Amino acid sequence: MLRFIAARLVKAVFILLAILVLNFVLIHAAPGDPAAVMAGEAGASDEKFLQDLRERFGLDQPFAVQLWTYVKGAVQFDLGFSYRRQMPVADLIWERLPATLLLTATAFVISIVFGVIAGVLAAQMQGTWWDTLISSVALLFYATPLFWVALMASLLFSVVLGWLPGFGYETIGADYTGFARMLDIGRHLILPATTLGLFFTAIYVRMTRASMLEVSRLDFVKTARAKGLRNSLIQRRHILRNALLPVITLAGLQAGQIVGGAVLTETVFAWPGIGRLMFEAIGQRDYNVILGVFFVSAAMVLLFNLITDILYGIVDPRIRLAR
Amino acid sequence: MKEFWSRFSRNRGAVIGVVILAVVIACAIAAPILFPQSPWSMVQRPFLPPFEMEGLPLGTDAVGRDVLSGLLHGARVSLLVGLVSTAVALVIGIPIGALAGYYGGLVDDALMRFTEFFQTIPSFALAIVLLAIFQPTLAYVILAIAIVSWPPVARLVRGEVLSLRNREFVEAATLSGQGDLRIIARQVLPNALPPIIVLASLMVATAILLESALSFLGLGDPNVMSWGYMIGAARTVLRTAWWLSFIPGIAILLTVLALNLIGEGLNDALNPRLRVRTT
Repeated sequence: MLRFIAARLVKAVFILLAILVLNFVLIHAAPGDPAAVMAGEAGASDEKFLQDLRERFGLDQPFAVQLWTYVKGAVQFDLGFSYRRQMPVADLIWERLPATLLLTATAFVISIVFGVIAGVLAAQMQGTWWDTLISSVALLFYATPLFWVALMASLLFSVVLGWLPGFGYETIGADYTGFARMLDIGRHLILPATTLGLFFTAIYVRMTRASMLEVSRLDFVKTARAKGLRNSLIQRRHILRNALLPVITLAGLQAGQIVGGAVLTETVFAWPGIGRLMFEAIGQRDYNVILGVFFVSAAMVLLFNLITDILYGIVDPRIRLAR
Repeated sequence: MKEFWSRFSRNRGAVIGVVILAVVIACAIAAPILFPQSPWSMVQRPFLPPFEMEGLPLGTDAVGRDVLSGLLHGARVSLLVGLVSTAVALVIGIPIGALAGYYGGLVDDALMRFTEFFQTIPSFALAIVLLAIFQPTLAYVILAIAIVSWPPVARLVRGEVLSLRNREFVEAATLSGQGDLRIIARQVLPNALPPIIVLASLMVATAILLESALSFLGLGDPNVMSWGYMIGAARTVLRTAWWLSFIPGIAILLTVLALNLIGEGLNDALNPRLRVRTT
């Protein structure tokens, strides 16, 4: 098991390095002077800044040396400087990361829990109108643009019904502390996390349902039935356990999507995370911030993937023994 | 073909999907005929609600542009981006997958590591980065979407080719002295086509969603009216003119839903495993 985890870790490190190289290439592939690209367009930089940048990144030096300088910096968490905000990018991201982690993790849990439960229910009631209802709703959510559903949810639940706050991370000026503050953040979290998770909930429903139905046709389930086991026991111990394997694979893939989706949800709900930071940076052409968020979100994805890989290895021994 | 259609039409959802998509295509074709004027031009006072004035059934947006005209012209962009970016993704993914599956060994390892890399990095974030750095013209939007969506194609094609390459007809072709590339193109890939078609139809749907999300963030082509842009522009007036965000969203939802339904219908009709079960 340890060797399995170590192999995964090594791979993750390689991918991170590759992303750094990609970032570096992108800065250089951008039209115009790389120094101007890094400083941000539209007057955020004067000639002195540009000269500083050229020296700091050795832009007059050979390509390979420049790459080395860049990667070395990034490994030490130096993701460049945001001239727009007059702050190191790493600090900016660090400040906003907890909000994004809270949001994505909550969305992740919501989508898996609701998706799997609804998928199991649909599979068990296959052919009834409950199944049709669950499957149709899942199909609908699967086709819904994330940012649009976020807008509509904030309109309905916040503006029209007034049930939940549709803006920000906590009530500004309320100065809650301790438990009251947690409750306040939780209330602010409901809409962004649910809408962010909605698309994936739909995928989990469809996946779990299909997987349950497929496994329930297999021979060992027939054997279990022939042995006279109770149906609930077969469903839980024989079918569900095996049907969940592809769901875990999917969870790993979802991680990458959910981090990207956070840009949209955080933008709509003014959630102060790195997604919103990225959105603001797009408008300001603050390339260092955009690339920094990209790098950190890729790192988050790798972390999520690592966790699901390990989970998979625990649940399904075939995986870790195969390597 | 007839057999295919009868199997496809047995799936009621797929037929509904075809009908919806036909309407969207008709809208896209009709847009320049019904609304020869640019969808960007101001036609009436701003914030005219739907169904209030004759000739402007969906009203006007925050600067007095005709919403219906924008909607129809937006259909052109969505379909164009969806189809072309999927085609480009196939052009990237099919050769990579085919070479990896056919040659195996080191080639396979190298190409699959490359694919895996692109599959691991958050695709939407990569698309944002690409469009933020390069100018968001329609061509770059299409390219960015293609770059983030080809990996599943490569993996699918690799799997299909792997299972096909040791079959007798491939051996026969090898013995008859045909070159590798010719065998891949003429013998192997045609047999791998059904699952690729199914995947492609679903990819068009995903590409349309991606395009709308990018336009929503302001990373679409600034000269092209698209559904995502319409929603993004209406976001700040959500409280006072909710329909401006609502209407284009429904258009995206229906189009994507239609493509997903068609994809499932194609899967039922083309999937040999299911064919055995139904006959």
